[in-house]
Amino acid sequence: MLETLSNIFHLIFSESFILTVVTASTPLLLASSGELVVERSGVLNLGVEGMMIVGAACGFAGTFWSGSTLVGALCGILAGAMLSAIFGILTLGLAVNQVATGLALTIFGVGLSGLIGAQFVGERIVPAAHLYLPVLTGIPGIGRIVFGEDPFVYVSIALIIGIWLFLYRTRAGLVLRAVGDNHASAHALGYPVLRLRMLAVLFGGACAGLAGAYLPLAYTPFFIPGMTSGRGWIALALVVFASWRPGRLVVGAYLFGAVSILGLALQPLQLGIPQQVMNMLPYLATVVVLVLISRTRGTAGSAAPASLGMVFVPDR
Amino acid sequence: MQLVLEKRAERSTLIAVTSPLIAVALTLITFAILFAIMGKNPIEALYVYFIEPLTDPFTLQEIAVKATPLVMIAVGLALCYIANIWNIGAEGQFIVGAVCGSWLAVRTNGTDVGPWLLPVMLLLGAIGGALYGLIPAICRVYFGASEILTSLMLVYIANLGLDYMVRGPWRDPQGLNFPTTAAFDPAASIGTLFEGTGRLHAGSIIALFVVMLIAVLLGRTLMGFQIRLVGAAPRAARFSGFNADRLVLFSFAVSGALAGLAGIIEVAGPIGHLDPGVPSGYGFTAIIVAFLGRLNPIGILIAGLFLALTFIGGEGAQISLKVPLDLTKVFQGILLFYVLACDSMIVYRIRLLRTQKRVVPVHA
Repeated sequence: MLETLSNIFHLIFSESFILTVVTASTPLLLASSGELVVERSGVLNLGVEGMMIVGAACGFAGTFWSGSTLVGALCGILAGAMLSAIFGILTLGLAVNQVATGLALTIFGVGLSGLIGAQFVGERIVPAAHLYLPVLTGIPGIGRIVFGEDPFVYVSIALIIGIWLFLYRTRAGLVLRAVGDNHASAHALGYPVLRLRMLAVLFGGACAGLAGAYLPLAYTPFFIPGMTSGRGWIALALVVFASWRPGRLVVGAYLFGAVSILGLALQPLQLGIPQQVMNMLPYLATVVVLVLISRTRGTAGSAAPASLGMVFVPDR
Repeated sequence: MQLVLEKRAERSTLIAVTSPLIAVALTLITFAILFAIMGKNPIEALYVYFIEPLTDPFTLQEIAVKATPLVMIAVGLALCYIANIWNIGAEGQFIVGAVCGSWLAVRTNGTDVGPWLLPVMLLLGAIGGALYGLIPAICRVYFGASEILTSLMLVYIANLGLDYMVRGPWRDPQGLNFPTTAAFDPAASIGTLFEGTGRLHAGSIIALFVVMLIAVLLGRTLMGFQIRLVGAAPRAARFSGFNADRLVLFSFAVSGALAGLAGIIEVAGPIGHLDPGVPSGYGFTAIIVAFLGRLNPIGILIAGLFLALTFIGGEGAQISLKVPLDLTKVFQGILLFYVLACDSMIVYRIRLLRTQKRVVPVHA
């Protein structure tokens, strides 16, 4: 028993485990960062999973044909943004229910990614190169973790810092939050509610597309249908977990990244727990965390943007 | 010039009736264009998808077989969606129903236990689905957790649970190491209705019965009235003292039970054993069926048959047109987009505004 615990302890603090945690967390952080901005503007886009999976297929296609990780990432971003445009036109332009449209987007995305990705099943690409800095990357222990990640990891960190600065340190960010908290008042003050929300939705789509593209470009160098396996939904839960705050989102994404690979990492230790049960961990953790978070917060003191998910049709 | 959305003075009855048809027509046009771009003859493609399956008695039965779980799940989901309760985990409840019902079939395999076996299996399936559906309901009612996310997470958990059962404890020792249970005994299976002509089974009759039951529940009972009221006017429902929490638990339990029943019917009927391929997305397609049927039980019956037609047509198109099977899913997704957009036109209309200088009204 003690030996098993010490084995687990060693494993969790090993360099290789931390490196995998970072790669498992990055797509979650990218997708949930985008969704955080979307939800802060008062829109609930449940289509993250759909946008991610199409981003994964298009990202793979881009890199497969061009040989460049950057092109693949851009393809993923573009695909995610285009899908979110459908969502935006329906929910903002035609005032359709956001929950139903988000679900439709996911169903559509899963089909579309299968259509695009079918030709790539079994193909391989060269995974994204990792950063290498002389001396720094070689520092034992932390060198590879801090200075030897793939470019997406640094982008995801820069992105969330940028989002924090935008939301809390710029006027546009303040307006965006105002729109999310009370669209009627924001409209009355003359702010273009629908236009701002559309921009937020497109940004969220781009982030989800990039998060999806990360999976075949850096996580595993091939495309598998359904390879997002619920990460888009976990990203949505993370935004709730983070109480719509960028700082907590980073903590949440890394926590969930760690939980999601714990099952795989503990496999060699032969703990006698069925693999399927270990693989349930991220989903079980999501349910438990949602319950705990919602319970402590209660409905009255909810941190959610007050206009979240509500249809807005401006008076003229 | 500018397009703006404007609330209608009254709901448009004309569009309310025709919106699903308009949506289907728009989807067909979109698809014809898509086929043309892919270099296929659009007329031929639409024929293969939507007409050919109707010309053969075997595929006609197949359509009913496919529609059975879709309709059963969708009427349950409609109950939730009318009340603005978002159960999107029907796929998970379907799996748990299939697993719970199969438990008895696996335990009694090879023994003669009597005619009660199949009814009890169906009951177990419904109970399992209902209990699994109650988890997100309880999480929402007692802890305030979003039922959207919890019900969906439970789909992944159910899938892994099923995978464990058929690879572990329930694996057929004679199954050549395939992850599957032994084939169910005839006593534990739902037989076909017309032996030798197709796979239509008694489960379809149960589905019809369920449609009638839910139609009565929604239209003729106090519970149904509460569900409709909570959806249409939540504030009014609160003031009149309806217990919204009880409604959440009730709708989740009923929709879970129906999804679970659909699951065990699918396993005991057309499939005949439990394996990891049992969940094939019916729980998600049923969401489209529910909306295409405008959340009305009779509408859902028609919508379920139509979606089933696209599945069968898609299988035919895969062979004769060499288009991927995923095209059907894309079709279904696009259809849902159009359905939702058309539904919005019941309440709103689009008007073309000529751009003009804004005249600021001067009031004293």
